[in-house]
Amino acid sequence: MHEMGIVIHLAKTLEETAREEGLTKIGSVTLDVGEVSGIVTDYFEDCWNYFRRKHPVLSEAELHIGIIPALTWCDSCRSTYETVKYGRVCPNCGSGETWLVQGNECVIRQIEAED
Amino acid sequence: MQNRSYRIVEVREQVLADNGKAAEKNRECLKQNGSFLVNLMGSPGAGKTSTILKIIEKLREKYRIGVMEADADGDTDAAAIGKTGTRVIQLHTGGLCHMDADMTGRGLLAFDIKDLDLVILENVGNLVCPAEFEVGADLRIMILSVPEGDDKPLKYPLMFSISDALLISKTDTEGIFDFSRDLAVQRALALNPDLSVFFVSAKTGEGYDEFCRFLDQKISAKRYLSAGKEEYE
Repeated sequence: MHEMGIVIHLAKTLEETAREEGLTKIGSVTLDVGEVSGIVTDYFEDCWNYFRRKHPVLSEAELHIGIIPALTWCDSCRSTYETVKYGRVCPNCGSGETWLVQGNECVIRQIEAED
Repeated sequence: MQNRSYRIVEVREQVLADNGKAAEKNRECLKQNGSFLVNLMGSPGAGKTSTILKIIEKLREKYRIGVMEADADGDTDAAAIGKTGTRVIQLHTGGLCHMDADMTGRGLLAFDIKDLDLVILENVGNLVCPAEFEVGADLRIMILSVPEGDDKPLKYPLMFSISDALLISKTDTEGIFDFSRDLAVQRALALNPDLSVFFVSAKTGEGYDEFCRFLDQKISAKRYLSAGKEEYE
């Protein structure tokens, strides 16, 4: 459900990009998706394959998803650790003074397109 | 596809960038009309509609209020609000689990908000998606009801991070559930130290005076600031 909403926005953004750049057909789109962005990539791909058919510019666009690993910074021992494995509490020193450095992205990295 | 020549275009744009633009448009529209928009979020059954009824009861003398009810389907909430004589529109998200800025903008348009001081958007009951889609609101309020448990900030951190105020509702049921006020507040503030927290019960009326004073102050502050700006311009 959540993925569908994001796909709708992705399609809008791509159509706008196509208009601005004068592109007639988008062959592929590559997204950078963070490990803890809350996006289920399988669902996302299903939604994309359903939705792209409604848009002439996007109908042939293949979706590639690059996963960005989630990393958390610990302010107490000043190091990073894997977020998915350890969560909010630092595995090295037990501190809760931590925050996510990367891993909640959902960015369009690039598209391949025809003029 | 192999036979065609494709060029690569670097985009580097957030997927939700267009939603951000639509939200900005809504902010501008609200400013021009002197209206204040509240985005009210929470799980299904947390007490969003009951809270709106309380706000109407406490602030209807002072502000002209309109309510946008967003649901996947149905119109029971709109009917409940309509009984108070308040202006209300029902928006259907067509199965989607949240309101986005564009849908909200269409709601504002349908409302003709120039005659409204306070517009309340009751978002779709959900602790995940509405947090990801800004709508251009002046104040984001989330409700966590006691029966849902004090662990929700741990499970749905984004909602707590992006909200301005947290209402902990159904406090009249505290004796029945293992809900720790301290733990809930501590966990929520760890995610968002600026969060204003209120304990409320629509059944007993607890806390709504205090909360509505807070809301009243926020609305007055926006009016004061925008009035001041016009004098300078």
